[in-house]
Amino acid sequence: MNFDKEFDASGLNCPLPIIKTKKSLTDMESGKVLKVIATDCGAVKDMQAFADQTGNKLLASTEEGGKYIFFMQKK
Amino acid sequence: MTTKKMAIIATKGTLDMAYPPFILASTAAALGYEVQIFFTFYGLQLLRKDLSDVMISPLANPAMPMPIPMPVMVQMLPGMESMATMMMKQKLKKHGVASLEELRDLCLEADVKFIACQMTVDLFEFDKKEFIDNVEYGGATMFMGFAGDTDVCLFI
Repeated sequence: MNFDKEFDASGLNCPLPIIKTKKSLTDMESGKVLKVIATDCGAVKDMQAFADQTGNKLLASTEEGGKYIFFMQKK
Repeated sequence: MTTKKMAIIATKGTLDMAYPPFILASTAAALGYEVQIFFTFYGLQLLRKDLSDVMISPLANPAMPMPIPMPVMVQMLPGMESMATMMMKQKLKKHGVASLEELRDLCLEADVKFIACQMTVDLFEFDKKEFIDNVEYGGATMFMGFAGDTDVCLFI
């Protein structure tokens, strides 16, 4: 999937992946896509909950070799 | 959409009880909430510039997971508190959990408002110079002005 910016949250634990995802989205334009990589398995549900509550769109959520990959489209 | 609000009353000054207020406040702020934390009694310790005295004790804390079973008689020995604190901090770091300082900074960066209970500051004769700068001093009435209108209000 195409993306405009990437943020690697590997090694970070709750709530850092979410807080830093929010920070990464701050200076992005509406409609742009942020790719987030995380190793915290809690991030899978948190990233969906973040999208649901903030109106940003979680385009995809997958797992690849022990890493969780998310594509978040800015509201 | 109106902004959601959360108020937290932080009353504890130990390492384990310091995390929940800062984690919830920084997360809520990231979700777009307006957040205030009212620090009272031992919670005021979390506003010190230097957080190295914020510790955890296995004593009277039977639910704390220990690497080896430890009788209460041993837990009370001098140095056990420092050792438990050091071990807990190492564990937090190993698991990628932010330090208290980092979480507190993230709160401030996200405009979480910190209110220190003026009465407790006077009661314990705390020196305001030992607290971080981004603190407002007030009482229960001032806090209720915000808390009365929140979606989430927690006592920790």
